[in-house]
Amino acid sequence: MNKDTATYLKGKRKQILEKWMDNQVKDAALRDDLMSVAELQQQSEEFLTALLNAFGTPEAENTDSAGYETLIDILNEISISRARQGFSPRETNMYILSLKQVLGQQLEQNPALDPSKLSREILSINNIMDSLGMTTMETYIKGREEVILRQSNEMSEISTPVIRVWDGILALPIIGTLDSARTQVVMEALLEEIVATSSRIAILDISGVPTVDSLVAQHLIKTVSAARLMGAECIISGIRAEIAQTIVHLGIDLTNIYTKASLASALKMAFSMLNIQVTRGAKQNLGF
Amino acid sequence: MERIPILKMGPFLLVTIQVDLYDRLALTLENDLINMVSKTEAKGVLIDISAVSIVDSFMGRILGNIASMSKIMDAATVVVGMQPAVAITLVELGLTLSGVHTALDVEQGMELLRTKIGNLDTDEEGLYDSFI
Amino acid sequence: MIVLSKEKLPIQREQDVVLFRNRIKELATKIGMSLVNQTKLITAASELVRNMLRYGGGGITYLEVVSKSSIPGVRLTFADEGPGIADVTLAMKDGYSTGKSLGLGLPGAKRLVNEFDIKSEPGKGTTVIIIRWKNGL
Repeated sequence: MNKDTATYLKGKRKQILEKWMDNQVKDAALRDDLMSVAELQQQSEEFLTALLNAFGTPEAENTDSAGYETLIDILNEISISRARQGFSPRETNMYILSLKQVLGQQLEQNPALDPSKLSREILSINNIMDSLGMTTMETYIKGREEVILRQSNEMSEISTPVIRVWDGILALPIIGTLDSARTQVVMEALLEEIVATSSRIAILDISGVPTVDSLVAQHLIKTVSAARLMGAECIISGIRAEIAQTIVHLGIDLTNIYTKASLASALKMAFSMLNIQVTRGAKQNLGF
Repeated sequence: MERIPILKMGPFLLVTIQVDLYDRLALTLENDLINMVSKTEAKGVLIDISAVSIVDSFMGRILGNIASMSKIMDAATVVVGMQPAVAITLVELGLTLSGVHTALDVEQGMELLRTKIGNLDTDEEGLYDSFI
Repeated sequence: MIVLSKEKLPIQREQDVVLFRNRIKELATKIGMSLVNQTKLITAASELVRNMLRYGGGGITYLEVVSKSSIPGVRLTFADEGPGIADVTLAMKDGYSTGKSLGLGLPGAKRLVNEFDIKSEPGKGTTVIIIRWKNGL
């Protein structure tokens, strides 16, 4: 890119910014629900200043050069934050594309450029802007992947929350169907937590388990046996009437396992196993 | 030959297994431990396996043997610190170590042994009372 | 199924077992197997290698890293030239033992792995092949 072009564009910074903002605001894809115009203005101003500075460097046409470092940093930040905020790829890329248009139009108004020079300069700017657009998309996708990864991690953690209800007592509310894969995850999470907290009692609450067949029962029995080998005792709670019926009809033997109808009665049992007494104290004024 | 050290702590014997056992080492341990119980008239045996990453059916049998033999000599056995992965594997293998007491760590294991001894004392007192 | 690596380890004495276990652990760790699955695999191997030493008078083991539809796994082969097993079906039953063990060796090992194959010919020897996949249940 010609040095004079860079200087010329730098001089027209104000006009470019105005038109660019105009374009962005007019565009139907503007997400004023996700970002205020004032915020956009500030972001665009910062970006444009960095871009015009980069145009003035000796290696203006190489977006990997040192002159573009600040600019790429800003751009990455913008794309990642847009990916997280839920902008679509098109909306994100429009940011660069709309500026490209404005820069082209501005150059056409430069009296110092004859047609052949003009087309060369516009081509050069197009190349730079396309390369920046590519970077935007790459970062945008990276940002989205991070979001997906975080969500899937959260989901697998959410599916097995091991709760410490008392010193030495853990509770594991199991929600949804228990298959072999899930049992393994649940079992490992519970046993790890038993070790980590030195808890002697674990309450497995199956109120949220829709059906208990012989396979699910077997999984539960295995979990209880493994915990016993480690020196902890399990209480299975949340056994509904229909589940008690199926268990007996299927001939599943749970006689060696402590079972309780509700989590509350399981907790009571855990207290008595640990010789903990909970008493109602004298009435206190708690302010309600 | 390699040996696993056995510590005497009051009325208890304490064994910490720090290496992965092969069969002969486990058999030697069983021998040494039972001889120690007999010699010291220990009331309890605590075996810490928190550093053991593999317990197969042979090793499981040795633990069961130690517990049964000690019991005949009036000593309780507690196995402490079994790793979750080891416990899951043993259950899958079909081994439940019935007859062996378990605890999460040495501290809880010691507590368990003390209550076992306490029960024994009161039982014996009760026995004498009924004699008188 | 693709074989990614293969090595041979003869088992003649009890001390060889420790090396054998460590080698399995290295391979399983390399393919990113979880600790629980590693423990199951090594425990199964420990049962089988004991059988080989006790009944087969030692033998040869092969340790392989295999891959099926891009899921890696560890395959172990235990081959001895001992007396063999007369009734394999009976030997696979829980609690059956000709020695003085608990009789959990073969059936227990089978429960701990994803694939289990046993071939035995009286007078010629026994070969057991097991596979545990990286994320197999």
